[in-house]
Amino acid sequence: MKIKVFPREYAGGPFNALVLLLSLLAGLVAVGVVFALKEINPFFAIFSIFKGSFGSWFGIKETITKAIPLILIGAGLALAYRAKFWNIGAESQLLLGAIFATWVGLNWGPSLPGWAAYLLMFLAGFIGGALWGMIPAVLKIHFGINEVISTLMLNYIAAEIVKFLVVGPWKGETKYGYPYTDDLPDQAILWLFPYSRVSPLLVVLTVFVALFLCYLVFRSRFGYEIRVIGENAEAARYAGIDFFKTLLLVMAISGGVAGLAGVGELAAIHHHLSYPETISAGYGFTAIIVAWLGRLNPAYTILSGLFFAGIVVGGDAIQMTMGLPAATVQVFNGLILTFLIMGDFFVHHRVTIQREA
Amino acid sequence: MRSIEQLEMRGIHKSFVGVQANRDVNLSIGAGDILGLLGENGAGKTTLMNILYGLYRPDEGEIFVNGEEVVIRNPRDSMRAGIGMIHQHFMLVQKHTVLENVGLGYEKAPFFFPLREVRKRIEAEADRLGLHVDPDKQIWELSAGEQQRVEILKALLHDADLLIMDEPTSVLTPQEADGLFDILRAMSREGHSVILISHKLEEIKAICNRVLVLRKGTVTGEAQIEDVTMADLARMMVGREIADSYPKADLPEGEAVLEVRNLNVQSDQAVPAVQDLNLTVRRNEIFGIAGVSGNGQRELVEAISGLRHVESGAVHLNGEKITNRTARTINDSGLTHVPEERIKFGIVPNLFLYENAVLKKHHRNPFSIRMRMNYPRVKKHAETLVHDFNVDAASIGVPMKNLSGGNIQKMILGREISAEPDLLIAAHPTYGLDVGAAEYIRKQLIERRDTGGSVLLVSEDLEELFQVCDRIAVMYEGRFMGIVPPAATTIEQVGLMMAGCPAGECDED
Amino acid sequence: MPILEIIENILVRTVVAGTPLLLGTLGEVVAERSGILNLGVEGMMSVGAVTGFIVTFTTGNPWLGLLVATLIGAAFSVLHAFITISLRANQVVSGLALTMLGLGVSGLWGKPYIGRPLTTKMAEIRIPVLSEIPVLGRVLFSHDPYVYLSIVLGIVVWFLLRYSKLGITLRSVGENPRAAETQGINVNLVKYIAVVVGGAFAGMAGAHLSTAYSKSWIEGMTSGRGWIVIALTIFALWEPSRAFLGAYVFGCIFVLQYVLQPLGISPNILAMMPYLATLGVLFVYGLSSAGKRRMSAPAMLGEPYIRGSR
Repeated sequence: MKIKVFPREYAGGPFNALVLLLSLLAGLVAVGVVFALKEINPFFAIFSIFKGSFGSWFGIKETITKAIPLILIGAGLALAYRAKFWNIGAESQLLLGAIFATWVGLNWGPSLPGWAAYLLMFLAGFIGGALWGMIPAVLKIHFGINEVISTLMLNYIAAEIVKFLVVGPWKGETKYGYPYTDDLPDQAILWLFPYSRVSPLLVVLTVFVALFLCYLVFRSRFGYEIRVIGENAEAARYAGIDFFKTLLLVMAISGGVAGLAGVGELAAIHHHLSYPETISAGYGFTAIIVAWLGRLNPAYTILSGLFFAGIVVGGDAIQMTMGLPAATVQVFNGLILTFLIMGDFFVHHRVTIQREA
Repeated sequence: MRSIEQLEMRGIHKSFVGVQANRDVNLSIGAGDILGLLGENGAGKTTLMNILYGLYRPDEGEIFVNGEEVVIRNPRDSMRAGIGMIHQHFMLVQKHTVLENVGLGYEKAPFFFPLREVRKRIEAEADRLGLHVDPDKQIWELSAGEQQRVEILKALLHDADLLIMDEPTSVLTPQEADGLFDILRAMSREGHSVILISHKLEEIKAICNRVLVLRKGTVTGEAQIEDVTMADLARMMVGREIADSYPKADLPEGEAVLEVRNLNVQSDQAVPAVQDLNLTVRRNEIFGIAGVSGNGQRELVEAISGLRHVESGAVHLNGEKITNRTARTINDSGLTHVPEERIKFGIVPNLFLYENAVLKKHHRNPFSIRMRMNYPRVKKHAETLVHDFNVDAASIGVPMKNLSGGNIQKMILGREISAEPDLLIAAHPTYGLDVGAAEYIRKQLIERRDTGGSVLLVSEDLEELFQVCDRIAVMYEGRFMGIVPPAATTIEQVGLMMAGCPAGECDED
Repeated sequence: MPILEIIENILVRTVVAGTPLLLGTLGEVVAERSGILNLGVEGMMSVGAVTGFIVTFTTGNPWLGLLVATLIGAAFSVLHAFITISLRANQVVSGLALTMLGLGVSGLWGKPYIGRPLTTKMAEIRIPVLSEIPVLGRVLFSHDPYVYLSIVLGIVVWFLLRYSKLGITLRSVGENPRAAETQGINVNLVKYIAVVVGGAFAGMAGAHLSTAYSKSWIEGMTSGRGWIVIALTIFALWEPSRAFLGAYVFGCIFVLQYVLQPLGISPNILAMMPYLATLGVLFVYGLSSAGKRRMSAPAMLGEPYIRGSR
């Protein structure tokens, strides 16, 4: 017997969707194995995860709360990954968004009406994320610096900047010993659905961003150029596409929407800047898988973002009840991403088993 | 001791999807023979040799070494049997030294400090066969001829008795080719045998002692070289008279479309690739550029089309200066370009056919309106291209990579022609295509010329240049050796210029 | 304290702090020379750190900890090797997945051990005679065995890459796998071995962090060292000899964080230094055109290799 592998042409949407679902399933099986090794009934554990996230109103509300940053960031990452620009720095782009918005909220917020405070904070957050996101694009094109490394280093740097601010110059006067800034003025805080942490404004914004970025990728000239650069850089050069301008804009948008996620966390949930681990629970990294599971289609990240938010929320829930460490969720993420990329093999290759005569 | 005294391939059949590449081919070669394997592009020469080297398995047929059947499943089997192959594109590690390249996979060297042993062997071979090459230089520093010698050394150190060489002179200057022939003769005297794949008659005549001619996969002739004339070989190879030219409209000389003055361009290695070049392409004209590849043709084309920096000199299109403008600006002012290495540069394999159909003009109305792509118009355009240029595709919604090479090229050509450019640059547009597709593309180039356009055609195929061009420039080391009308010139004269003789300065005797 | 003594102390700690970076960089150099980019170093290091700690903690034998950490690092890298070599998947994404997995698994395994210091640790070995040399004796010859191990391994990797058949084969596979294949070399096997060696080195680096450098397990204790290793590999131009330089320079930066703290500089600003320095190093190389050319990575780095295709 011999296993033969051939490149596959194009198997069609339904087939690809099937492969995606099967890899997801395989990922969940692997997660189950991890539980079994910990002597926890895997079916019960996985059931508990989804019950924790989708099984109650509380769970659903929490899932939507966490899905918002995941979708915003994931949609932006999908854009960058379409251009084969490996932005791993969404975590810090989110933080920069939060920093900029905090400054605007604290300094201008008290003297502005609510709508203007929101608008300026979101604008500032977008600009903060965008500027931070554009640094690796400049570094890559003009100095040949690998974007994976630069975006990661910027993550660490941004985290230290936030820590520096909250224990140093921006430390809140009303916060006694805690490393927080002062709270945002009331008019700069987003209105939430009662008994939840879900801001309707953020939900609308998130869905709009995901759909708009989808339109951008598949219907705009800019999106066409992004896809040409990502799929064949040589052909893009031949076609006269300006790499620097395009990638700079890609990263401005990708970083900018991550910045919006930072504003959301700040203005809807925390109300002040605090330690980076508090502001973002690793959303920038989880969103990488959200983008990948969404097949790098910003619109699909709405679904994949909800799915992963569910895992995060359900993971938190079983963590409490079963006494598992916080890192458990990271194991899920790693395993699911691993199986997703393994699944891609079957999208691009045909495997047949031949019996030799 | 030689392990191959006599090698035979008997009754070889091989077919690929729908194409019979080899049909009942028999080949035999003895120690010391230099066998020419002659045929046009697509005659099945390379397929036959890939079977011998273990890259393909034959559908039918056997291989015998010294009268005993051998089974060759992969290159390693073939190497064990004493067969070495030198591919048209060298299999060398550019950043490594000659020693390291030759030492790669050399089993007899010790584990530590293996290169000392390799150096000894190289020096020995150099003395014996005149295979001189500096063992400490890195490959990228070497000329094509020297790189080829490294490949020969690799084969010899693996104890290859039979050396297969695929179009070995296509990358060489004539002087280097002579050097190669000396080496091959020396090897033959030592009892090595050589199979030389070629479509060049002179070369076969000059170096081989026997010749086997293939046409459309079957053997059409086999002879001792002294028993046949060049004309005999040509007949066996082509089987028809070569068409003189394609019918062209008789048109008056048009105004200059492209003017290049004192152009200097550098190669990727930052050495001068195009030097003080002047040329003019007129309306209703196909201007051909002949030459062995690597003499600056690529850099010239890239500089004109805005993909490479012009060091000095000027390029004018329709009287307007376009020197060092961006590729997009130049394209928008009426110059389109069919690139060489079409899959690498010309298309985006994973995007749909219709998306590829507007590459490079996607930013223009009506394909995009302001920032929005107008996909209904893009698709309509793709439908038109597929229809007008006979592109064979399941639909315009398939990924471009699903198309065959010929259809990809038709699509690219159609895309570039349909923009009705003032100047169409076509670099090696028929390279590697089957005869039907190649003919179709030549006709389209002439059509463009006849309907008010002008064409700059870069090709290594002299026959093609003679058939379609109004004037042919011959490029050698970044300069033109002459610009000649094909009607009043022979292929031999162009050949001399390709070897670096300015027009009229060398006599052909 | 006299200034000389301060400098001596800094140098001593530099060598120790540079050791995990050196081990990790050497491993990544080997993997990348075969053409496989493994961004999972942070994850493999983390898993190495936790297993090294657990084994040392429970058995009391730090050598056993080193062994198990090495094996675990190698085992994790097999996953990356399978995905990128056999399944030809995107190396960047696979490496990220490996990092997530490694960080997660180490958190999971290490939970019960948080805050429990190690009672036995790798004993310091003073090399006779040499350690008596003033300054140099303390800086180079009075350390835990990891320091010597990393130096010896560095020399071995350097020597093998340059002067052995294995080295030529490995480098050729990363530069032109087709050329290697036509010379009868099993390209995928070579790549597997290189990736696994890289993983083993990362595992060792992790064990050093948890059993010799800090003698305790803290979640996230690798704190980006795995990523600095990736940058150092570029800085080292894929040469083991330059990996020494890079590792110790960055080791020094880690040490300076603590040395400079009493001077009143914000600890957060100091904590940025290694990461800023990483960008700085790559930036300086990008600036010079000669540097740009020398920055040329193994030609087929990151490209999947498909046998028999053109």
